[in-house]
Amino acid sequence: MRHALSETWSGLKRNVGITLAVIMTMWVSLSLFGAGLIAAQQVDLLKDQWYDKIEITVYLCTAKLQTAGTCDPGQDATQEQKDQIRSAIEANPQVQQVWYETKPEAYEQFQQVFAGSSIKDSLSVDEMQDSFRVKLVDPKKYDALVEQVKVMRGVQKVQDLHQILDPVFKWLGALQWGTIVLSVLLLLAAAFQISTTIRMATFTRGREIGIMRLVGASNFYIMGPFLLESLIAALIGAVLASGTLVFGVWFVIMRNAQHTLEAFRWVGWPQTWLSVGSIFVVAIVLSIIPTVISARRYLRV
Amino acid sequence: MIKFEEVSRIYDGQTRAALANVNVEIDKGEFVFLVGGSGSGKSTMLKLVMREFRPTTGRIYVAGRDVATLPERKIPALRREIGMVSQDFRLLPGKTVFENVAFALQVIGKPRSLIRKVVPDTLELVGLGDKSDRRPDELSGGEQQRVAIARAFVNHPKILLADEPTGNLDPETSVGIMRLLDRINRSETTVVMATHDWAMVDQMRKRVIELENGHVVRDQERGIYGARA
Repeated sequence: MRHALSETWSGLKRNVGITLAVIMTMWVSLSLFGAGLIAAQQVDLLKDQWYDKIEITVYLCTAKLQTAGTCDPGQDATQEQKDQIRSAIEANPQVQQVWYETKPEAYEQFQQVFAGSSIKDSLSVDEMQDSFRVKLVDPKKYDALVEQVKVMRGVQKVQDLHQILDPVFKWLGALQWGTIVLSVLLLLAAAFQISTTIRMATFTRGREIGIMRLVGASNFYIMGPFLLESLIAALIGAVLASGTLVFGVWFVIMRNAQHTLEAFRWVGWPQTWLSVGSIFVVAIVLSIIPTVISARRYLRV
Repeated sequence: MIKFEEVSRIYDGQTRAALANVNVEIDKGEFVFLVGGSGSGKSTMLKLVMREFRPTTGRIYVAGRDVATLPERKIPALRREIGMVSQDFRLLPGKTVFENVAFALQVIGKPRSLIRKVVPDTLELVGLGDKSDRRPDELSGGEQQRVAIARAFVNHPKILLADEPTGNLDPETSVGIMRLLDRINRSETTVVMATHDWAMVDQMRKRVIELENGHVVRDQERGIYGARA
């Protein structure tokens, strides 16, 4: 053990430059990796939050609007059409609740949403639409109802938030994966650095290693200092990356985002600790595997 | 102690066997000269005993172990029973004489108290008791070889292998090294020495095994270098 520790220390001193390089690569790549994990968890939280709240809005035809749907031009949806639509919606087993929003109600809602903005006065009550708002038992099963109602007479448009949210989450997902792929590339670079370091060390310590093998030192004894060396570099990188991540979560999310966008659910410490744990696992695995592989190759132990 | 049964060894990418159908048995406490020209297979035999590689065919028994089938992880235990001395000494230049010898014990996990006791005794045995703080570059060739022998012998192995140990030394110094190996042999250690040094072989009158192109062409008790039986 004494030997292993002193050899490790002299090895670290001998390769200060390359050890620093390993630490920094590990730092950056593990930080990215951790950030990717946090982002993934954040997106999941938002998905849960938003998709749970999704309602379907069935906009009815109105005389002011000339557009599309199954509307008769220049006509409001008739009472008969409204009744048919309502009973169709209520007959669907996926529907939990349905309520009718009149033009004045919609106008009031509009006024509230854009209070203090000039948009507030851009539309009149007549330009609003009557609509059915539908809450589903399982918000993910919206397809059937949308397809069914869309073609009924008197329906101008069926809007469900999936049309808006899906692209948003698609981009967020791409961003997440981009981060993780990038971090994996950097982690691979770190692994190659470690294996190069060991190859160099086997040249500088070649004679010693030769004698150790000659007199029957155990494989673990010969490999020990190399393992410890890369493990220490990786752990320092992991500690720095964890610090970066914890600071990032605290500063970006807890100090700022949470206050700016209170309506969102944000990741907190539990998700952060999970990411920190993963960082350490990855750091340990990524330092030990290339060390063992290149030690077997270059030390011929 | 060492037994070769029908051993052949062909190196990768070569068609000619470095060793061909070798049958040799060396008993505990024997002193054996391995003679023959360059490329005759002497070093290959020693490396097979050390299990640096496996024989292509045949079986080798060393200190009760079947070396041909010995798993990788048991190689260190085998090598702790064998001391090895080579022509080029292989000392660590940054370490003192004491540290060089102690190194062999440290790396197999011997306690420091034992090392402090055993190393000076061994240095005394090889005649370097007063030079334990010197570094290898302050010593003569003969003295460096004595350090290497001390390192090989410090763990009291059952077998000492010497590959041309006097190859880099002048005749007078060689005699000293030879006497030292003889002395180690008398403490029940089996010694196998590969050599070109015919004068030494003739003088010592020990068992001689001669190799030529990988074949054993002579195995003679109390032999001399040149003559065929």
